[in-house]
Amino acid sequence: MTLHYRGKAKRILSSLGVEDYDRIRIRKGSLVYEGIVIPRPEIFDDEHLILKLDSGYNIGIHLDGVEIEVLEKGKPIQRKEVPSLRFREDLPYVPLIVTGGTITSRVDYSTGAVISHEKPEELLDIVPELAEIVNIDYVPLFAEFSENLTPDHWRKIAKAVYDELRRGAEGVIIAHGTDTMHFTAAALAFMLHNLDKPVVLVGSQRSIDRPSTDAILNLIAAARVAAQGPIAESVIVMHGSPHDDYAFVIRGVKARKLHTSRRDAFQPVNEPPIAKVTREKIELLSNKFNPRREGRSRVELDDRLEPNVALLHVWPGMPEDMLRYAGERFKGIVMAGTGLGHVPRWLIPIVGEIVGSGVPVVVTSQCLFGRVDLQVYETGRRLLVAGVIPGGDMLPEVALIKLMYALGHTSDIEEIRRIMQTNIAGELGAHLGLNVFPPCWR
Amino acid sequence: MDINYEKVGLKVGLEIHQRLDTHKLFCSCPSIMREDEPHEWIRRRLSVSYSELGTIDPAARFESLRKRDFLYGIYYDTTCEVEADEAPPHPMNEEALEISLTIALMLGMEPVDEVHVMRKIVVDGSNTTGFQRTALVALGGEGSGIETKWGRVRMATLCLEEESAYIVESKSERAKYRLDRLGIPLVELATEPDIMYPEQAREAALKLGRILRATGKVQRGLGTIRQDINVSIEGGARQEIKGVQDLDLIPEIIRREVVRQLNLLSIRDELRSRDVKEEDLDIPIVDVTSAFSSSKSKLITKALSRGERVYGIKVKGFSGILGKELQPGRRFGKELADYAKVFGGVEGILHGDELPGYGIGKDEVNEVRELLGCDEGDSFVLVLGREDAAKLALDSVRERLKQALRGVPNETRRALPDGNTAFMRPMPGSARMYPETDVMPVNVRPVLERIKELPPMPEDQVRELMEKYDLTEELAWEIFDDGKVKLFERLSRYGVPTRFLASMLVSMVRSLKRESEPVENLGEEHFEEIAKLLGEGSLAKEAVPEVLRSLSRGEYSSAEEYVKTHRMSVDELDKVIEQVLEKLSSKVRERGERAYGMVMGEVMKEVRGKIDGSIVSKRVKEKLEEFLKAR
Ligand SMILES: [Zn+2]
Repeated sequence: MTLHYRGKAKRILSSLGVEDYDRIRIRKGSLVYEGIVIPRPEIFDDEHLILKLDSGYNIGIHLDGVEIEVLEKGKPIQRKEVPSLRFREDLPYVPLIVTGGTITSRVDYSTGAVISHEKPEELLDIVPELAEIVNIDYVPLFAEFSENLTPDHWRKIAKAVYDELRRGAEGVIIAHGTDTMHFTAAALAFMLHNLDKPVVLVGSQRSIDRPSTDAILNLIAAARVAAQGPIAESVIVMHGSPHDDYAFVIRGVKARKLHTSRRDAFQPVNEPPIAKVTREKIELLSNKFNPRREGRSRVELDDRLEPNVALLHVWPGMPEDMLRYAGERFKGIVMAGTGLGHVPRWLIPIVGEIVGSGVPVVVTSQCLFGRVDLQVYETGRRLLVAGVIPGGDMLPEVALIKLMYALGHTSDIEEIRRIMQTNIAGELGAHLGLNVFPPCWR
Repeated sequence: MDINYEKVGLKVGLEIHQRLDTHKLFCSCPSIMREDEPHEWIRRRLSVSYSELGTIDPAARFESLRKRDFLYGIYYDTTCEVEADEAPPHPMNEEALEISLTIALMLGMEPVDEVHVMRKIVVDGSNTTGFQRTALVALGGEGSGIETKWGRVRMATLCLEEESAYIVESKSERAKYRLDRLGIPLVELATEPDIMYPEQAREAALKLGRILRATGKVQRGLGTIRQDINVSIEGGARQEIKGVQDLDLIPEIIRREVVRQLNLLSIRDELRSRDVKEEDLDIPIVDVTSAFSSSKSKLITKALSRGERVYGIKVKGFSGILGKELQPGRRFGKELADYAKVFGGVEGILHGDELPGYGIGKDEVNEVRELLGCDEGDSFVLVLGREDAAKLALDSVRERLKQALRGVPNETRRALPDGNTAFMRPMPGSARMYPETDVMPVNVRPVLERIKELPPMPEDQVRELMEKYDLTEELAWEIFDDGKVKLFERLSRYGVPTRFLASMLVSMVRSLKRESEPVENLGEEHFEEIAKLLGEGSLAKEAVPEVLRSLSRGEYSSAEEYVKTHRMSVDELDKVIEQVLEKLSSKVRERGERAYGMVMGEVMKEVRGKIDGSIVSKRVKEKLEEFLKAR
């Protein structure tokens, strides 16, 4: 028996044998309503019933003093018939690795429920253009909101990418929730060595159940980049503007979600996008990328990560014990300092103690744009003396993942310093031309 | 045609859409319409899965929807990320909900306990999201509704929804909309189909509109209230007639719709008696361009020079039918032309019952009939255009012809200024609705508790105006209907005679409007300033129409400024009086003191509005006495 109600509502409804999606008649005073029982999200109160009327509208009815009669038991949601997929010899094989997000789901209008696709054919019902670009298949890994992902999830994704590329995929697409997409993209960049095909993360800021979804263009662009693009890196492909015209290809280790909700929330930091992708073609904007190599992939997987690393956002008045605790609890610390990479004066001796105890401390900037420079001011110089590792132009989150990666391979602090200061996947050493800082009112 | 409405089984329901006078429904932007060019245009597309689209909009073609660009004009200062679909909606505007609940209670409706916002799929681009956010706030019930002379009209539903974007341009490949209108709170009031007479519909619409205005919280002015009319008759079909702005046109629209349906039914019977079958119409489209190789018709030669061709279908057994009048001045052929325009984007059609004509001669017609294989009793339809467009057009014409054999198709129609209606689109399939998960449901109980008392009903507000301010019933209704009750009450404090004040607010504005003055430029601040000047005695009553005219034209920025430039001193007045007495001296001498009226009339011609009438009267009396004494 399925009934998504709790507390009082559950007691009343289950005593009457009411289940989700049953057709019922409710009498309340002089009023009579007829409709379908809609499951109630758990965070709502336990006093109302949601009824979908024949007009399509949902209304909430307070359960006090109602008389309910079940007219017809609910039917399971019908799966739509979709034409089956045919393999096209002339198109490359590109799997879609599903990790979460809503790109592979649809709405059932009779109930309003969002249900997941079972087959890639259902996606092609919404984005038929994909069938002209790739032979697609689903690789379902898990279904998580991206805020719930951990380094273990990154490893699972890396392994799936490795397996698919080794199987002969010409590129892979990863459907991902957008909140932490740039973390995953960076993690993949460090874990996949000798990458010779595109690894494309894609998602949507407007879910695919709405006609205005950004997923259509994002998916077409992602498929194009994965199938035909010359870029063998872990990249994010999402809208480049509020228009539905083009997406940007952004290097995973340089990408950041800079807006809570806009379609073009992902922007590259400290470098231009690598390419612009329309429905029809890929236009390169940069020649600084690792090129695709033909033939079966020889990618290697190195997924050793030490998850016990902290990222501390420095604030004015940050107390000593906050940092001291982190030094005791974690095996490495990244600080998002202020300005050029500074931290309050009174924290510097503690940084020295932490580094002295063998825990590396990396300093980045919460400014995001620009590069840390610890040589300019007294505070910076003292931090260097205390033994911090300057993070250069790395984003704080990227430094976090890179430090996990470094600590996954060694605990020698000098070796870690060397790894952190060596460019591995384009995360370090960007050319800071005057065209990489994007205020919109210029 | 005399119609017995009971016999034809007329049933009419009204749907009234009224904009509320609060900020937007799901963001805090102001509900103002803009006249200026948007600051930026955003280009978007919409998509719905292939298998869903057909059920949402039978008219929409998947491929064309996906390739259609929608341009949305944004204003940086009065629209935000929400209208542009770049951010989730804010919680529902509670003031708008409170107004909606107030209206529901005034109409005896039953509010729901918890309001759930839904997404109603709309793929014409009029919403950036591709759906309209809408919530059912109250349901009708037996005791709900309004009384009319012909009986009670019950309410069905009250929904609170977001207004759509304002359409600027629509072409097959793209449409342009402005986002200033998107998201303005809109109350949709629907009645049960209880209306049985055309005049009753007008009365019901008027009464419902007055109840909406009685809240004092609805927007006023052009486009802020719209009526849709659902009309059906026994044996006919339900039609949804959109966009009726003028209440007085409602009875005529209904009458003509009944006529149209009756005529369509008689066409059906005629075709049946001719034994025409649907399969008789499954005849291929033929290229008949060769019949026009030496055509003298400008219509044809122009089309051919654009690279278009002439396509046609035979219409078996329809001779004489396409020329039949459905509504005054609207023939059946015109209905077919509307289908061809909507589906094929062509200019129109030519048919057998109107040819020869349009410069097309008898020989050409015979040639066409030959090419199409028409026998006696058959007609034909021609379309000028490129092949794909012409084919779409003729396919839709053929479908419409088949429907003529069945009777009246369900349609969404557009009201025309003369009371006729034109085909707009097929009646949409059942609405695709699913929950708006970005907005939490609202428990209405606390909102209902805030409504301490309902506003007085329109009749009560009018009676109070009449009694308190000594107004005639007519004037009081006019003030009410113009939404100026509050303004009137405020201005009455300035001590201007109330009847004059009332006539300034309604009659004077109306007559200026009749003279095509841009009265929409007159704001409440203008009326207030005039009332103040009148109260102080710095403005003459006689000048008020001219002040209003100048202000609406924007010739003066304020009434004060007008007064400064137009005021006349008593010295100047005296000079005018002296000149008049001089001019009329012989008549004045002849009549003596009885000449007062004549002199006064002549003087007023010169000084009206520049100085108070009572001063003029006093000075004329004195000057006349002086003049007569001096003799
Ligand atoms: Zn807004």
